[in-house]
Amino acid sequence: MKAEQQYIELFTEYENLVCKYSTPVMNALRTEALANFERLGFPLVGSEDYRHTDVAQAFAPDYGININRLAIPVNPYDVFHCDVPNLSTALYFIINDTFYQKEQTKGLLPEGVYVGGLKSFTEKFPEIASRYYGKAATSDKDGIIALNTMLAQDGFVIYVPKSVVVDRPIQLVNISRSDVDTMANRRVLVILEAHAEAKLLVCDHSMDEVKFLTTQVVEIFAEEGAVFDYYDLEESSESTTRFSSVHVKQNASSNVLVNGITLHNGLSRNNYYIELNGEQAETTLCAMSVLDKGQQVDTYSHITHAVPYCTSTELVKNVLDDHATGIFSGRILVKQDAQKTQAYQTNRNLCLKREARVFSKPQLEIYADDVKCSHGMTTGQLDENALFYMRSRGIPEEEARMLLSVAFMADVVDHVRLDILKDRLHKLVEKRFRGELAKCSGCSMCN
Amino acid sequence: MQDSNAIINEVTNTDYKYGFVTDIDTEIIRRGLDEDTVRIISAKKKEPEWLLELRLKAFRYWQTLEMPDWAHLNIPPIDYQDIIYYAAPKKKEGPKSMDEVDPELLKTFDKLGIPLHERAQLAGMAVDAVMDSVSVKTTFKETLAEKGIIFCSFSEAVQDYPDLVKKYLGSVVSYRDNFFAALNTAVFSDGSFVYIPKGIRCPMELSTYFRINAANTGQFERTLIVADDDAYVSYLEGCTAPMRDENQLHAAIVEIVVHERAEVKYSTVQNWYPGDKEGKGGIYNFVTKRGVCKGESSKISWTQVETGSAITWKYPSCILAGDNSVGEFYSVAVTNNYQQADTGTKMIHLGKNTKSRIVSKGISAGHSQNSYRGLVKVSPHAEGARNHSQCDSLLLSSTSGAHTYPYTDIQNETAVIEHEATTSKISEEQLFYCQQRGISVEEAVGLIVNGYAKEVMNKLPMEFAVEAQKLLTISLEGSVG
Repeated sequence: MKAEQQYIELFTEYENLVCKYSTPVMNALRTEALANFERLGFPLVGSEDYRHTDVAQAFAPDYGININRLAIPVNPYDVFHCDVPNLSTALYFIINDTFYQKEQTKGLLPEGVYVGGLKSFTEKFPEIASRYYGKAATSDKDGIIALNTMLAQDGFVIYVPKSVVVDRPIQLVNISRSDVDTMANRRVLVILEAHAEAKLLVCDHSMDEVKFLTTQVVEIFAEEGAVFDYYDLEESSESTTRFSSVHVKQNASSNVLVNGITLHNGLSRNNYYIELNGEQAETTLCAMSVLDKGQQVDTYSHITHAVPYCTSTELVKNVLDDHATGIFSGRILVKQDAQKTQAYQTNRNLCLKREARVFSKPQLEIYADDVKCSHGMTTGQLDENALFYMRSRGIPEEEARMLLSVAFMADVVDHVRLDILKDRLHKLVEKRFRGELAKCSGCSMCN
Repeated sequence: MQDSNAIINEVTNTDYKYGFVTDIDTEIIRRGLDEDTVRIISAKKKEPEWLLELRLKAFRYWQTLEMPDWAHLNIPPIDYQDIIYYAAPKKKEGPKSMDEVDPELLKTFDKLGIPLHERAQLAGMAVDAVMDSVSVKTTFKETLAEKGIIFCSFSEAVQDYPDLVKKYLGSVVSYRDNFFAALNTAVFSDGSFVYIPKGIRCPMELSTYFRINAANTGQFERTLIVADDDAYVSYLEGCTAPMRDENQLHAAIVEIVVHERAEVKYSTVQNWYPGDKEGKGGIYNFVTKRGVCKGESSKISWTQVETGSAITWKYPSCILAGDNSVGEFYSVAVTNNYQQADTGTKMIHLGKNTKSRIVSKGISAGHSQNSYRGLVKVSPHAEGARNHSQCDSLLLSSTSGAHTYPYTDIQNETAVIEHEATTSKISEEQLFYCQQRGISVEEAVGLIVNGYAKEVMNKLPMEFAVEAQKLLTISLEGSVG
């Protein structure tokens, strides 16, 4: 049986249940998504955008899906204490694919701001929701997005009205928790009206040793002059497979930072689609992954410059140990009218072991003539001279290697615009290289 | 100002100067492609059985294939049954000296500036001229033979050196390689064959000149170069075609085999008819070029200047199999009007301590699309591989496009791979500086572009460099303003 078939059958059989536990706004897109999924199927391994990731194989096993929305008996607030020191965040949880409802803590966020579950948001504000939901990530191009649109029942929303600035960082923790192999389909919707500002930190954790498969579609709308930071930290397990797709639509003078950090994972495919649709918009896309054992991270990005005077900076770094695989495919498209574009793309890979594999494909597609665009790609090892220098000063080889690897990653972390978080991430990366399994220390779930 | 406009207009309207047709008796076969066509071509060339078998195998395989569509090209459908697969200038029983060669033919090559005649001696180049499907004349054969160098047309090689041809033909580019390789293997009509024996350094540049003359024909030539241990040869290739409204197909294969410590330098100045200013007509240039560095410390260097063709689809590649072998690729690709080019290289590192270097300069003007597509692959056993790639694009109009698609597959941790690419336009400051000193816009652009392409131009042999530089300037005429 083809991998697609079981999902088509599941949906046709349980469509009413899926819809029952969701809302009209989300249900409105399902029929079309099903048609698209039937037409597209999963991307084929070896096809241009999925050359090294076998999607069908990842989706083939029989995963349980919690269509009936059975509550998982865990109160994350009791067990989870993420302590980024001195960083007090507004903290929210999604367990598998369900937003964990809690009493709204008043006064934490400014008036008019909505942060919470997607399901209740689409119920309360169907008009706003339907204006944005599924508009950046349309289901007609990618089979995985179609599948997600077809099955997702809940997710997370940030809505910031005009000119409101949310100072306190918002933190969303995705917890994979189950006794059987589980699939979770979730959505994140971020709407920033003109001149609004917010920051979101998302952490992915897998708590159990069973297999998890998650599909996640993130839609970010930044209207004129909006500023948004999106930090996505994956700290899952080797038995976790994740397909994430981040879609950003930016209007004039908006500024968005997307920073994806993978420290522990199994197989991850991270798609980033960024559209610059208004002049003077600026975007920074960073991604880093520290990989060992059989881990694989497949980073794919597509940045579209549709109008003049926009700037995009992209920096993707991988450190690969053991027989890990790092894949990068980045495309910058500069449309014909997008004069005075500045677009920079860099991919750097550090191979520590022979069996490590790197596949890289930085691409530029430029139809305007007055632009400054460049891309660079390097793959190599630690500098022997630098190693020698450090050893000659009494630093043991292991330590020297670790220090150089940490330094290699430093500039991705430096793009973080929250000082406290930046310091924390520097420490986390260093710990990761030391091989200390302490994940995020302080979080009692991981210890 | 009016004056300068007039000058610009004048040069802008300079058409493709090689666009004449030579009125010469041509023997052609019927249109269309089937097994009989393949048999006819093979019979005309009096080929041995094994070669016919190879052609038929390739033809049958080709029938199972579909035209590839992955390139960033917009290729109108090609009717392969509407092409004449064999056209040859009619031969009067083998010309014994230059005097017996059809004077029309000599005039053609004179117009092209190809030194077939005695003056060839002055140019110091051995030339093999291929018109339509047949090699017309090879010069300096005797001089080369003294050193044991074989330089002849492919058909002659099949007759005179069947063992060498059989050993190497298809060893680098198999007929199963791709759509056009299969087509070429089935219907190739002629080409050049070069063999440099052990320890010989070829004393002169070898050169082939390709010319499509007859209408409705396709040209499918085949070049095979073998450099034995410690040999060296520098090989040049040039091409032109008449101006016609319909598109013509050119699908060639070049294979290079380099043994231990040998070196082959292959330079191309490709100037097929690019079509008119509205994009009508022009040659479709779908070429498979590949060399293998078989022996230790061997070297292949590709240099290409691509200014012609309506559509170019071409990736001269190096398989670096021998330890310490070196592959180089230097390219300048210019597209103007409605030309499209998707070109680049593949560097496949198999041996230890192999090195490759890629320098690609793309220049797009008018409504053209110019893409670089390259692959650097390091296999698991290729210890210490080193690659540096540099791809720059220069955009001269807001309606043209420049694209880069570099692929890298690294399977060995000792590899050091670097890739960099930039895209920009000619800066107004540079132009202003030149104009201020009395240099016209056109000339200034020519100067700047030549400077930009210098790194590649320097790699061309002297004889070609001068021509290529002029060509670059001509190709861009009318692209500014």
